Order: sequence, then structure tokens, then C-alpha cells
Amino acid sequence: MTSPTSAARTALRIRDLHVQRGDKPVLLGVDLEIAAGEICALMGESGAGKTTVLRVVAALQSFSQGQVTIDGVSLAPGAVPPESQLRELRRRVGVVFQSHALFEHLTALENVMLAPVHAFGQSRADAERTALQLLASLGVQARAGAYPRQLSGGEAQRVAIARALAPDPHLLLMDEPTSALDPARRSALADSLRALAGQGRGLMIVTHDMEFAQSCADRIVVLSDGRIANPQRNS
Amino acid sequence: MAPAIAPSRTAPQYHRDPMPTLRVAFITVTLLAALGACERSSPPTAGSSARGDSSSAGDGAAIMPTSVAQSPVAPLRWGGDAEGGAPFVEADPANPSVVRGFDVEIAALIARGLGREPQFVQVAWASIEQSVERGDFAMGMSGLEDRPALHERFAVSMPYYEFGEVLAVRAEDSARFHTLEDLKGRKVATLSATTAWEMLLEAKAAHGVVPVSYDDDVHPYTDLVAKRVDAVLLDNIIAERSLRRTGGFVIQPTPLAVGHYVAVFAARDSALRDSANVILRARMRDGTLETVFRSWNVWDAQQAAYQQRVLQDSVRARAATADSNAVNGGVAVARPRASIATYLPALLRAAAITMALSILAMALAVALGVGIAAGRVYGARPLQLLLTAYVEIIRGTPVLLQLFVLYYGLSDVVRLPAFAAAVIGLGLNYAAYESEIYRAALEAIPPLQLEAARTLGLSEMQILRLVRGPQALRLALAPMTNDFVALLKDSSLVSVITVVELTKQTAIYATNVGSWVVPGILCAVIYLAMSLPLSRMARRLEQRWKLP
Repeated sequence: MTSPTSAARTALRIRDLHVQRGDKPVLLGVDLEIAAGEICALMGESGAGKTTVLRVVAALQSFSQGQVTIDGVSLAPGAVPPESQLRELRRRVGVVFQSHALFEHLTALENVMLAPVHAFGQSRADAERTALQLLASLGVQARAGAYPRQLSGGEAQRVAIARALAPDPHLLLMDEPTSALDPARRSALADSLRALAGQGRGLMIVTHDMEFAQSCADRIVVLSDGRIANPQRNS
Repeated sequence: MAPAIAPSRTAPQYHRDPMPTLRVAFITVTLLAALGACERSSPPTAGSSARGDSSSAGDGAAIMPTSVAQSPVAPLRWGGDAEGGAPFVEADPANPSVVRGFDVEIAALIARGLGREPQFVQVAWASIEQSVERGDFAMGMSGLEDRPALHERFAVSMPYYEFGEVLAVRAEDSARFHTLEDLKGRKVATLSATTAWEMLLEAKAAHGVVPVSYDDDVHPYTDLVAKRVDAVLLDNIIAERSLRRTGGFVIQPTPLAVGHYVAVFAARDSALRDSANVILRARMRDGTLETVFRSWNVWDAQQAAYQQRVLQDSVRARAATADSNAVNGGVAVARPRASIATYLPALLRAAAITMALSILAMALAVALGVGIAAGRVYGARPLQLLLTAYVEIIRGTPVLLQLFVLYYGLSDVVRLPAFAAAVIGLGLNYAAYESEIYRAALEAIPPLQLEAARTLGLSEMQILRLVRGPQALRLALAPMTNDFVALLKDSSLVSVITVVELTKQTAIYATNVGSWVVPGILCAVIYLAMSLPLSRMARRLEQRWKLP
């Protein structure tokens, strides 16, 4: 388990985050920091706002108050900025959705190459080389030519992780990563995530799975009543 | 019996005045069509003509046994097309539920001569003969031209009016265009499926004239004035009426051919035809027909000479009898084999036009449809409202009307060639429907897919091009294929703006041979030969693009 030091670079800093859904407050002042190389599990009951935190950090949802800073790039309260103003943030944050959200009309390799080629201007050759390395590191290189519907749940998740990592982000956000995995796959995923953290990335994992969180996270924070209830370090 | 087409016309054809001026009388005509349909199943109107009633219809025809008022005899149902307009058959402006015209009055003369009341049945001009054959009414009249094919399938009355095929040209061309030979390489307009049309086809082969077919007798003349065509060849009655109405051209004094109007009866009704002939001859002899023609301002020296010839010479009557015998003997087949050989090349050429038109119109519809759909999904609110209005207006109005507006209505602003107008008209119309397919397909892509694409740093345009569009296309493919097949068939509507495509060519063919059986089957086979491979290709594409 990696222990962040106080001197470690901060991958994510959230200060006094407030989110309203209509008239209903969802987050009432969330404070959270994740250091580079740290794995933070965000837990809480259903509807506590875990996914909302993730979506705010991924600039998919607006927030009404507070500040979010990702590796030096800040998000301000108010409407989500247009994509043209989010380029730096997109390069710094990778997201793995609960249902993977792989693009059905593209192969695994094409899914992983998409952002480097079209969003960040890499050559196809470089992007393909990097993509194959990522798929290999996650153990799914053999499935590079398969379409998402041809992949198992575990394979699809690893391809989704590879896709999120392709732009080489400093922060990786994962929503319920173990929801479709058997115990053996969970263990393998924990190993993979620790390896990613070992590369200096910060990881925020939204999960209900306490066992998994305890097995891989450096820190578990619990979200309750719109606030972080009991930040604690995993032992 | 030989038809009464004089000079060098070997090919038959018919008539007159099928569709009217839709631009001028669109609503009236629609109402008339509805009224006509009602009349098929409802009692007659007072209708078949006030003039006929008062002028002469009842004055002692050869066959008039009983008082009409007391007669239990069924009315004489006769069919015509009020869309053809005056002076043949038209809706009475004072009472549009009643028709008037010299054909209306002659029909009344015949009915009264038989001791029956006339009952008008509205029918599309091109369908008059088929309706007679299937028994919708006993007698068809509406400026029907005498021609050989008629005599092969129908009992045909004696010709009751002689007309000339006259050439109308612009005033500045009157000194140089006197005959079809003078019009080499020039566009000459006429009604489709008429004797004049056949003459133009012959002139095309002989002199390089470019025939242009119309479905009504107004637009040939307006297009002549607008310089879309260089001349119009039609019956002198129509030409003179258009000259009074439209102006801006001159009619060459010497007719290029002479033809006659007749009434048609089913072959089984040859006895009725013979009775009608007796009545017509009697009305010719006692001057009633002259009175009718004079009242409609279509009496001239040519008619006087013609009637005198008919009354002095019984040749035509004998020929009619011979015809009758032939029909009674069962000679009612229109040489389908010869027809196929004659018309197949023209049908195939028309099919090529249909295919080219459909492909180009669909390409335009797809391009515009994608733009409209993208605008409605991604555009600013004003743009969305504008595009929604476009879609609703196009979907809420008939494509036929749109074609008319585009081709004729806007001709003062932009004078599109007919084929281009057809492509643009169908393309604009189908773009509205395509855009709805694409919009629905775009909106069917799960939002999570779009969010995933955003987190990867793709712009909205890249998301549309690389993620949303390709997935939507797969969803849209099947309905697109359906639309293309539908467009292939809807392309038949463009005949109203002079494009002779497959259905129009088939109608011409059917009119000439007097039957829809062989032309209809051939046409269906050709349409299927075009649409089935399309469906198959679409299925292959669907399979190829199907997500694994």
C-alpha cells in the first residue's frame, strides 16, 4: 500500500464543494485531497453523492460553490465550461464508468487510440504503439481487435481503463469498478490499480465494496449527509 | 376503322385536356375530384348541364320513346374529367357542383335521345377508357381523340368534332417556325398521351425535335411564353383558349394534322354506341350540334365542311359498323407483343431517368437531412425553431404542391430545368423526413457514450463525427432504405413538371394500347428490378455494419 507523504504532489483538491439538484442539496461542503500515487476509496450509502463528486471532478456536472483543482487546473462554480476550455483538464483526468461506456462501433484498440489521435494529436502509429502497451499491461492485448460486445465484463473494464489512461492522466476516476467482477478479477484489478498508483497517479475509486476498498485503497473516505463523514487511512 | 387523323399520322393517341391548370384551379379541382367520387355512389346532380337541357337535348331524337320525367329508365352514366376545363367539361363557375361544356351538352343530347337522364361521373382523363371498360359508366367523353387503338378495344362513336393540331410559337419566331421540321433541336411541348405527342415522337426521330410532355394544357403555353419551350403542338381549341387566357404567342394558321373527338363505349355496348351514332347524326342534321358548338364558340368553317361531309358520305358510318362487328367478334386485344417491342426501350429509358432522379434526390435529401438533424440537435434555439418549421411545413404539405411551386410558382425568380427541379423538389421534401430519422437516431445514442467521449477530450464536432454519428447511422440505415424505395416510387410525381419517368411512360404506353395489363406488369417488373437490389444491398450493409 502506498502512503502518500505530505510532500507529495496533490492530484486532486476539493474545497467546500456544494452541489444542488434543483432545490435539493446533494453535497454540502465536501473537502477532499488526493495525493499523487494515492488511491482513495470514496464510499457511502446509495444516493449519498459519491458519483456526483466524481462527475464534478470530471467536469460533467456543474457545482454551485467551492473549488476543485486537479493537478493545478481549477474548476469554478457555475455551468460546466465548453469543451474547448477543458482541454488541459481532460488530459489530466481519466474516467472509467461503471458500465465502461466503450464505443460499440470501435474495437478495443480503436477505443484506446481515439483520444490520443483525435483529441491530442498523436500520430496513429504512436497512438497504436501506446495503446497496445496499455492493453498488454492490463492483460488484454489479445483482445485488441475485439468489439466491446465480444468482451467479458472484466475485459471490457480493463479496456476502459486503458482508454482512460491513454492520454496519460494524473488522476484516474473509477465508478464502481468491481460491480461486474468475480473475486479473482477483483484481486487482479486491485493489483492493476496499485501498479497505476505506483506510477504516480492519483486514483479516486467510488465503490460500495468495502472489501475491495480495504484491499487496495490507501484511504477510505465515507460520504454521508453531503459531507465527508470520517476520513480514515486504510491500515 | 381508321381514325380520323388526317395527314401523316400513323401513330394513334388521344386526346385532350387531361389535367387542368393546377396552379390556377388547384382547390377547385380537388373539390371536383371529391365531388366526382361522390357522384359514383350517389345520385346525379342536376348536373350534366343546364345548357344541354335547354338547348336541344329533348327535341325528338330518333330514339326517344318515353317522357324522361316519367321514365323509370336508369340514367345514362357518362364519364369525363372536369379537370380538363372548358370548353369540353368544366365545373360551372356559378355552381361548381354542376359541370358544363360542349361535351356535357352532347352527352345530354345522347342521353335524352335515348330517353334517359345524363348522369356525370368524374374520372381522371387518363382513366376514362379503363373506367368505361370496367363498367363505371356507359360512355366516356372529354375531348377524347379518335385513334386506331380505341377501335381495337372499344365501341367508338362517330366523330362529332374535327380539330386541327396547330403549332403555337412566340411572336418573334412566327416567321421561322411553321412545321415540326423547322424545329430541329428545339423543345416542343404538348400533352402526354395524345396524338400530338405521337407526332412529336415521330418528329424527334425524323427531324431531331425535342418533345416535352405535360400533364395539363395550360403550362405548355405559359412555358412557351417563359421561353422554357420553343413551340407547343396541340388542338386548335386548346391553343385558342390559351391564347385568349395567357396571350404572348401566336398560332400558326395551317394545322399540321387533323383529328376528331369521339365518345367511347365498352365493346359489349356496341348497340348503345350505334344508338348514340344515330342520335349524333340526327343532331348534326338538324343543326343542334352546330348550335352547341356555336354556343361554346368552337364552330367554324372547318366544322361546317366536316359535318357536310359526314352527312353526305356514309363511309364513316359504315366503318363504324365494321368496327362494331369486329368488336362483337371478339377482336379486343391490343397486340401486346408488338406493344412490348415498341415500348420497352422507352420504358427502360424512363427507368434510367427514374433511377438517376431517385439517386440524386436521395443524395440531396441525405445531405440536407444530416444538416437539419444536426442543427436541431446541436443548434441554437432560433436555428432549432427554424429547422423544425421547415420540417413541419414540408411534411404537412403535398409533395405535388411543392413541385408545382418550385417549377412554376418560382419561375419568375429562378427558372430551373425540369429535371433539376424534380431532383431539388424531391430532395427538399425527403430531406425533412430523413432529418427526422437522423434526429431520432442521434437522440437514441445513450448519453453516457457522449459523456465518455467528452472525458476523452473530444470536441462536440468530433463526438458527432467519430462517436455519435457512426452509431446513429447504423440505427438509421433500415428506415433510410425504406425511404429510398419510397422515393423511387414517389419519383413518378415529377411527371407533373414534364419529366417523363417510368410511371409516366407506362401511362403513355397504356393509353396507346388501351390497356393497363401489359404495361402495368412491365412497369411493376422494372420497378421491382430496381428496388429489390436496393433492398438487398441495404440488407448487406446492415449486416456489414451490424455491431458484433
